[in-house]
Amino acid sequence: MSDHEYQPSSRLGKWFNDRLPLLTLSNHLQEYPTPKNLNYWWTFGGILTFCLITQIITGIILGMHYIAHADLAFESVEHIMRDVNYGWLIRYVHANGASMFFLAVYIHIFRSLYYGSYKSPREVIWIIGMIIYFLMMATAFMGYVLPWGQMSFWGATVITNLFSAIPFIGESVTNWLWGGYSVDNPTLTRFFSLHYLLPFLILGLVILHIWALHVPGNNNPIGIDIKKPSKDTVPFHPYIVIKDLFALLLFLIVFAFFVFYSPNILGHADNYIEADPLVTPAHIVPEWYLLPFYAILRSVPDKLLGVIAMFASIFVLVILPWLDTSKVRSAIFRPIYKQFYWFLVADVLILGYMGAMPAEGAYLIIARVATAYYFLHFLVILPVLGKKEKTLDIPLSITEPVLGGFPNQAATKNKQNNRENL
Amino acid sequence: MKKFLKILFFASLLLNANYANSAENSAKLLKGDWSFKSFFGKFDRASLQRGYQVYNEVCASCHSVKYLSYRNLMEKGGPEFTEEEAKAIASNFEVTDGPNSTGEMFTRPARLSDKFVMPYANDEEAKSANGGAYPPDMSVLVKARKGGADYIYSLLLGYEDPPVDIELDDGVYYNKFMYGNKIKMSAPLSDDIVEYSDGTKATTEQMSKDVVTFLMWAAEPHLEQRHKFGFRVIIYLVIISILVYFSMKKIWSRIESKV
Amino acid sequence: MSESDKKKPNRRDFILTATTAAGAVGVGAAVWPLIDQMNPDASVKALASTEVDISGVEPGQSITVLWRGKPVFIKRRTQEEIDSARSVDLKDLKHPEKDEDRAKNPEWLVMLGVCTHLGCVPLTDKGDYNAWFCPCHGSHYDTSGRIRKGPAPTNMEVPKYVFLNSKTIKIG
Repeated sequence: MSDHEYQPSSRLGKWFNDRLPLLTLSNHLQEYPTPKNLNYWWTFGGILTFCLITQIITGIILGMHYIAHADLAFESVEHIMRDVNYGWLIRYVHANGASMFFLAVYIHIFRSLYYGSYKSPREVIWIIGMIIYFLMMATAFMGYVLPWGQMSFWGATVITNLFSAIPFIGESVTNWLWGGYSVDNPTLTRFFSLHYLLPFLILGLVILHIWALHVPGNNNPIGIDIKKPSKDTVPFHPYIVIKDLFALLLFLIVFAFFVFYSPNILGHADNYIEADPLVTPAHIVPEWYLLPFYAILRSVPDKLLGVIAMFASIFVLVILPWLDTSKVRSAIFRPIYKQFYWFLVADVLILGYMGAMPAEGAYLIIARVATAYYFLHFLVILPVLGKKEKTLDIPLSITEPVLGGFPNQAATKNKQNNRENL
Repeated sequence: MKKFLKILFFASLLLNANYANSAENSAKLLKGDWSFKSFFGKFDRASLQRGYQVYNEVCASCHSVKYLSYRNLMEKGGPEFTEEEAKAIASNFEVTDGPNSTGEMFTRPARLSDKFVMPYANDEEAKSANGGAYPPDMSVLVKARKGGADYIYSLLLGYEDPPVDIELDDGVYYNKFMYGNKIKMSAPLSDDIVEYSDGTKATTEQMSKDVVTFLMWAAEPHLEQRHKFGFRVIIYLVIISILVYFSMKKIWSRIESKV
Repeated sequence: MSESDKKKPNRRDFILTATTAAGAVGVGAAVWPLIDQMNPDASVKALASTEVDISGVEPGQSITVLWRGKPVFIKRRTQEEIDSARSVDLKDLKHPEKDEDRAKNPEWLVMLGVCTHLGCVPLTDKGDYNAWFCPCHGSHYDTSGRIRKGPAPTNMEVPKYVFLNSKTIKIG
């Protein structure tokens, strides 16, 4: 963007930068003007980058010891847990890392929903983000198959059978996915290959996601457009870097608790039983982060329509920038939207809860209501609300609400001068 | 902050939903007094050694632990038998090795590097010898059952006479903690079925506790190391968080704005 | 909000230095498991020894067994081969070692069948000394497995081994 004037100080740096402007890029990333009123909900972008890198590194390592074969996969995982140096640590970090990754991504998405970060001019960031989210789900699902436990096997069976709902060609599609007539060794080996590939695709999309972010710049809690750079912004380094780092460390404390003290609490006991094609576990439940979608799937009585509803629930998110007609971004200035926002949060959590319950009786009815409300929120409430809602007055700049009145520029300057003299 | 609490509340609901939804089994599990549960939890060495004895003399006739090796018995964080003791244990078992130079398989006493010898050659033999019920491998059994150590412990102590309204077939027993209350394993433990060399009284409770401790270790052999690391990692993270917090304050103090 | 912000953190700033130092320690500690996982694991280390039945080996014959993924030559030498190995003047050797030290029991020579040049497996009963010859780059070894000619720098390595009885050797 506006870094054209940047010149490396050394001659070698200049020589290199003229040929490949990596130093310009690095300078841009450091100087990148960021709104200074970003709160801690904005630190999850950095946390997510950390999660992705951690998953890739630990995953590559596990791939060195894991054997993708139906007869050996379970044993090789036990080999990792027992014999490989620090294997238990690396596997538990990878397994819990997936959950932490999703925890962070949900917070990241709901932050965006609250502060309207998906709205113009940031639609492309949002859509790339949704593609990343979808790929994350695919990657996590295939990764869960690899230990070849009971949940791996039956989860794979159930999810791949979704495709059998496609009219006419459903069966051919599932056979193609399986490489046979059921989930078996060919399925495992291709899942392993794809599970290894997709994270790198995600990494590429993350780079695009950040690139697309750096064009308009960050949204902020007030949701107004800001001039960059200005008194409303700070350079990314060191201000935002150190803040992201602090948030990351707090996140890591939670992460560490799971890894070291409850490494299996987010998984299913059944997955420590080796896959058996003859016995289905009593409860087939996906990992927690997929439960809301699972609830939507099950709340529709028709097989094909259920699958469509599930995919539609993700697709409505993709077109969200055009469903929300309000020009005001932040929920801070949208009193009614704010209420509906929390209804949606509750709705998704209820869906998640119902996804873990057996699909019968009251559970099923609640799941159906929650599913209906989910679509109602995006397809009816948001478009109408944007037109009808009376929004609050919006401040002209960040400095105004932050400093509560006039930005005291003189004082700021003074302080900085003092520091320089130290 | 209120919002945060709200989220936490819902999140905990979700977790509960996911992991405590065994509707079929109403019997509340017995809670063992486990030395390995707490923040600094370690295994009780003597209990592990006794547990191995119970496993070996009682369970091993039907249940394999195929992912354990005899060398594990002397490794740190486990029963910590001495190398000689572990070798002596291993040499009591015969393993098939080969082929030798004439192309024949032969048996030899097990060595430390060998995996635990399995009671049956394959699953089918195991099933046919046990009236069609497969005695599960016990290597990760504790992790493979909801309720973990408490569940196995409860199961071992959960044999009762069936209520009058329940009919049991031959070879099926009543256990109040089993899924569906019917189990094909007869009560495996009874007082003094083994004789502990350290003088501990071999009550059913004691043996259950010891063997479950052993199985917990078998499923999670690096548990002690994990707890030790976890403590260090978390202390480290707390300290560095505090340092980073003050660094952040310092850096942000260059401009007038709250973080 | 412009120039003064670009200033690097003050070097004398204790808290920033302490944070950076503590961070470096943490990163270092976190990286070690990622490196150590590639070292031989517990199950590999446990297989460090192997027992070999040598009852069927006639004088002049040699057998090759696998130990730690590498070939081990076990040669039952003839008196002639022993004499030729023991009569060599140490001054003639590139890597001087007495045959008495390499083969405690003169009849049996046990050594790693790996050329010390670049790791190929030498051929038996070949080369200028009619003992071992590495076809990869032409190293000649004598009847004691010592390097005599060619690019290899040292003699073939003798592993730790013991005779458990007259018929069995335990290597490792």
